[in-house]
Formats: sequence, structure tokens, C-alpha cells
Amino acid sequence: MRGRLSRIVGIDLGTTNSLVAYIDEQTGLPRVIPDRDGHVLLPSVVSFTREGVLVGDAAKRQLVRKPDTTVYSVKRFMGRGWDDVQEELRYFPFSIKPEDGIIRLLVGGREVTPPEVSAIVLRSLKERAEAHFGEPIERAVITVPAYFNDSQRQATKDAGRIAGLDVVRIVNEPTAASLAYGLHELHDGIIAVYDLGGGTFDISILRVKDGIFEVLATNGNTHLGGDDFDRVLMDWLLDDLRARHGADLSGDHEALQELRLASEAAKIRLSAVERTALTLPFADFTYHRETSRQELEELIEPLVQATLAPCRMALADAGLAPGQLDEVVLVGGSTRVPLVRRRVQELFGKVPHSRLNPDEVVALGAAVQAHILAGGITNMLLLDVTPLSLGIETLGGIVSVLIPRNTTIPTSAREMFTTSVDGQTVVDMHVVQGERELVRDCRSLARFELRGIDPMPAGMPKIEVTFLIDANGILQVHARELRTGKAASIEVKPTYGLEDADVARMVEESFAYAEADVSARLLIETRNEADTVTTHVERALRQGAHLTGEDELARIRAAVDALKQVRESGDRDLIRERTIALNHATERLAELLMDSTLKEALGSKRVAEILESP
Amino acid sequence: MNYLEVFGLPRRLAIDADELQRRFYALSRQHHPDFHQGATAEEQAKALESSALVNAAYRTLRDPIARIEYLLRLEEGRETAEGTTVKPKAPPELLEEMFEIQEALQEATAGGLGAAARATLLAQRERLRQRYQAEERRLCGTLSQAWDNAPAGDRQSVLAALREALATRAYLRTVINDLSVALGEDEGSLVSNRRH
Repeated sequence: MRGRLSRIVGIDLGTTNSLVAYIDEQTGLPRVIPDRDGHVLLPSVVSFTREGVLVGDAAKRQLVRKPDTTVYSVKRFMGRGWDDVQEELRYFPFSIKPEDGIIRLLVGGREVTPPEVSAIVLRSLKERAEAHFGEPIERAVITVPAYFNDSQRQATKDAGRIAGLDVVRIVNEPTAASLAYGLHELHDGIIAVYDLGGGTFDISILRVKDGIFEVLATNGNTHLGGDDFDRVLMDWLLDDLRARHGADLSGDHEALQELRLASEAAKIRLSAVERTALTLPFADFTYHRETSRQELEELIEPLVQATLAPCRMALADAGLAPGQLDEVVLVGGSTRVPLVRRRVQELFGKVPHSRLNPDEVVALGAAVQAHILAGGITNMLLLDVTPLSLGIETLGGIVSVLIPRNTTIPTSAREMFTTSVDGQTVVDMHVVQGERELVRDCRSLARFELRGIDPMPAGMPKIEVTFLIDANGILQVHARELRTGKAASIEVKPTYGLEDADVARMVEESFAYAEADVSARLLIETRNEADTVTTHVERALRQGAHLTGEDELARIRAAVDALKQVRESGDRDLIRERTIALNHATERLAELLMDSTLKEALGSKRVAEILESP
Repeated sequence: MNYLEVFGLPRRLAIDADELQRRFYALSRQHHPDFHQGATAEEQAKALESSALVNAAYRTLRDPIARIEYLLRLEEGRETAEGTTVKPKAPPELLEEMFEIQEALQEATAGGLGAAARATLLAQRERLRQRYQAEERRLCGTLSQAWDNAPAGDRQSVLAALREALATRAYLRTVINDLSVALGEDEGSLVSNRRH
């Protein structure tokens, strides 16, 4: 009967990049699927343009030009509320609606929820896989950070549904990675998977034995990753810009995006070299700054330290000392940072490794899990845990824990409820997740209403409620009236999630967010390129008019006007032609400007050197 | 089916950890939902339930203390949920010392904690920890063996002894935690989510 079901792909829905993978039937090994241009990483960026939606690299190129219509790092908002994200909102060009419940992003004059944005990324990967196989893809395994709570997992599952995917399993990223390693080379023993991605951190400790991958403990922080490294560097550059140029760019979304991307690029370069330089042309001046790995390390040290406490807690929960680990595996692009590697090695007393590409290994593992579910692999089994304790609110706002953290899933707990007033027909429960004693310090997941209880004197009804955390780490609640044996109906009000009806509506509406077709996409890109060149030229005219004569300046201005005239025309070839012409007209001025900037930079450096010398 | 029956084990407290783990892995392979994806919705629901039962049983049985608490519950015919229902009770021979500790604790909450008082509390906590560990050793050692070897007629008295030792342990644990809080240390210092 499995033969009739469609293929299951594995998807890593990342903060920064997303990937799709499958198991190659010939070799039995997982492979990532590239797009038409051969790229395997799809930037998790979505841009809402008038002509349609852009995803991936095309959307990422819109970030600087159209920051207010372009959404990135949306994973940080999945399953969260307005209060949770206030701190970091200043880093994002878009705003969110100040209201209770699920976050609504205000992007380019419309409202979208994080699952809808993620669905656009998922749909693009789905189409990539369909183009690769030449057949419809309807089922997927999607990975999430191990430390994701119920709401965040549910939001991911909702995103899959909106994208037209049956999400057959939500699997934890570090454990998925361990499966990928398991297929290749992993020996039996105790391993720690340290997973630092773009926006999330996980540590998972597993026992691998005879094909069983048993997670002993997991911990993490769903708001800590490479994005945060970029932010501290960016804040540092903003301070420097204020000090050296008297420029406050903190309210300029375009400049902030340029700075953010430049910070990210510099951070990446500093993993390979000791020093690097940033040159950013702003409207009125060109910013040039050298920075060193040591400076970056001082900035990110507190963030790297913040990953170590969860590691120690996971070890304690697993009942292990650091020395008892056989292997430490690094997953996620941020583990390329040398400081991260050093601190991990110090903590575990073992050289960590990342023999499989840390960007791809999670998607490869998702493909392995997909193949297990499809019946293609029968000797491997993942036994994962629930990362957070699950409890219900009791009198006085105290949490009564029903399922402790690090319990192997699936798992269930039963609790008896009754009525407190004569004739009461509805009982409500408040379900929370977290490690604190008071409800207000934990994460509210949902309120459940048990309805249709037969009117009886107070305390007479006996309602048995079963809380079941399934293999996805997602809560299911069932209730039964013991006297009658009949199932009680439950109404669920998710605190930070979508209700079923919302998801159904979004599946319908999702076609409105269809990816722009190829010709529309090319037109958007051509216009984008035209705008970028125009901006650069206008800046050059402001900064370098004194370097050349009136004739040349007039010629350049004419070329700018000629391009502007056709920008809205929709004639792609004509726009491109005039963009090239403008570029050509400005070549000499650009060179002159470059020379003078370089001289300026060299000059100021010499001054700095003189000041530093004793 | 009770947790021991899930693993095909008799109602005894001596359980070989490696053997238990081996059976846990075998049962997981049999029941885990991953291996029942092609089945009907009804069979999948059953796999989910069986798998949850296997996991709960393993979690309880692999921990020698949780195992004893579970045995008591079984023998008393109570609901088979996890969690302790044994009420903490002060061991009689420690009553005097407990009284002193309570006084010291009250002083600590009333005013600050002086260096001398702090040293006394630390020493007292260390003594209680040793007593706590001794109680655990007794529970998992001689008392567990006593249960496994008891003739049918003596079982009630062994159960009573197990119950009393658990009550003492629970009491010591509470006092140690109180002392840790008074000393300004982390409440979780006793590691409540320990695995074996």
C-alpha cells in the first residue's frame, strides 16, 4: 500500500536558508536538490512586490532596495506573540500589529502571519522538488529546532499545510543531523550535537546503539544564533558611524539592511582570515572600516557563552559528565565561527567535528527520517524527547507538571477533572510549557474547554483528560466522561497559534501569494538592477561632481533620465539596454571616485597610524 | 497492562539495566509510530498508545526509586500514573536535629545569614545529604532485596518498610532543598530530572 503514496521529501526550514533533500534510491544516500541554477540553499526571504511574490535569492536582492516589503528570519516569529519579539523588532524593517495572539506582520501594506510567509518558502521548495522528480510532491518531513515549544511546532506544521504539504513528521534539527551521520559513519556511543543556526541554538545528547538513536536530553535557546552575531557587529558599526561621521543611521531601513548584510559578510570572512575591511557607500559619504577577528570575538563572546549553560543542563539531565561523551558534532552555519569551536572544545574536552556540511546535514537527516517513514529504512529508529515540561494551571496560578522535560516521545499523561458548581456543563484547562513553578513564568500554549458535560451536582462528573505528546512533539488532548464513557468535546484556543478555520482559509488564500511567474520575476529583477545603478550613479554625482567636467555630468544626467523614463514601461529589454548605457556613461566618474575614496581611506589610515605610534 | 508486564518482568525490584534497555529498544522497534505509517488510522492510534506506554514504563522502571514507588502503587491497587504520592515524614532519630535546622532556617529568613550560621547550615546540609544517599542505598539495596526474597506472608511488612524509607527520603529532600534556597543556591541543585 505504500507504493501508492507519493514520495516524502525532507525539508530544513531554516532561519537564514532552507533546503530540500531526498534519498537516492540507487545509492541509498541522502542528497540535496539544487534549483535551476545549481544552488541548494534557498534564502528564507520573501518579498511582496506589486507583480507577485519573490522567494530566495531574488527576494534577498530586494532587501536593500525594498526593505519594508521584504521579510527575512521569519522563523524567529513562528509561534510567538507580540511581547516576545519587542526586543528585536528594531532590527527589522517591517512592523507587527500590537495585539494578543499570533503575530501579524505589516509588510507592504498587507498583513501576513509567520506561517503564511514560511509557507511561501516551503512552496518554492516543493516546486523545486517537483521539477526535479517530474511528479507532484505532497508529503514532507520538516525540521524544527529541538527546543521549539508546542506553538512553534504547530506553526511549522500549519505552514506546511498552507503550502499544500502533508507534514508527516516534525523532526528536531540536531537529531535529524545525527541520522544523517548515522547513515554515513557514526559509531555506537554517546554523542552531543551542538547546533547553532541563523536564529536558534540546540544541544542534544544521544545514545546511539544498534541503529537506535535515543535522545537522552536536549536543551537550547530558540532566539540565539548567527543573526545575533550580525546584530552585535552591526550595533558596533552604528556606534562607530556615529563617532566618526556623526551619522545616525538607526532609522534608515535601507542603510540598516546594507549594514546588516555587510556585517554578516564580514563575520563570515573573519572565520577564515584575521582581518577584513568593510566599504559601504552611503548617500553623503563612503564608510570604510577595518575590523579584526579579535574584535568580533570580543563582541560575540557573551552570545557564545550563552550557549554553554544549556549544554551543561543537558549533560546534567542526561546524568553525564562532559568526559563521558564519545563524539561532539557541530551543526549549523554558525559553528564555522572559530570562537564557537574553541568554547565547545573547552566545555566538552573533545575536539568537535563537522565532517558533513553543516549547512546541509539537517536537510539530509530530514530525508533519512522521511525514508524511515516511507518504509525504506527499517534498521534505524529515532527516539526523541520533549524539550520542555508540560503542565496545567492549578489553583493560585501554580503549574502542575504532567510530563517532565526530556521524556521520550510519544508520551501521555492522564488527569481527572470534575465540576465545582452544581449543573456546570463546561470545564476549562490552561495548558503551559516551561520549567518554572508559576504559570505566569511559563509559556501559555492553549486553553481547552471541555463541553457538553451532563448537568450534575458539583464534583459528580468524572472527566478523564489524556494529554498526549506525539512523535512530532505536538500535544493532542482527548477527554472522556468516565460515568458515561462518552468522549467529551474539546474546543482549543491556541494562545499564539492559528485555529483550524484560519489555516483552512489561508490554504485558499495562499494562491494569492503565488510566486511571480518567470517573466514577471525577470522584470522585477531588471527594474531592481536599474534602481540600484540609478542610486549608485546619483550618489556618485553628489560625491564626485567636482572630479569631472560639466559635459560629462550632463551626459550622465541624460542617461539617468532616459532610464527613468522607461522604468515603468514593462519593456525588459529596453530597461536593460538603458541600464547598461547608464553604467557605461558613468564608468570614468566611478573610477575617479574610487581613486579619491581610496586616497582618503589611505590618508586617514596614515593619520590613525601616526596617532597610535608612541 | 502494568509497566512490568509491558516488559515481561515479574513483580520484583531487581532489574538488570542492560537487559531492560535491550527490551526497550526491541519494544520500540515493534510499536513506534514511525514503523506504522502505512497502517490504518486506527492501527496508527494504537501504535501511538502502545509506544507511549512503553516509554512511560521504561522511564519508571529504569530508575530504581521510581520503580519502588511504582511497586507500592501496584500493590496498593492505586492509579498507575507516575509521580510520588508518599508524604514526606521526618525520621524519629533526626527530630532533634531537624528542630535545630528549622530554627536556623527561620533565623536565616528573618535576618541575613552570618558567616558562622552559614557554615553551620552547610555542615548540616552535608550531613543530611549523606543520610539521604544512605536512605537511597538502603531502598535500592537491602530493602529491594528483602522484597524480592520475602515469603508471601512477610510482604506487607516489607512494603511498610519501603514506604517509610521513601517518606524519610522525601522529607530529607525537602529539607535539603530548603537549606539550599536559604544558602542562596539554585533550587534545582538536587537534579530532579535525573536519568539512570
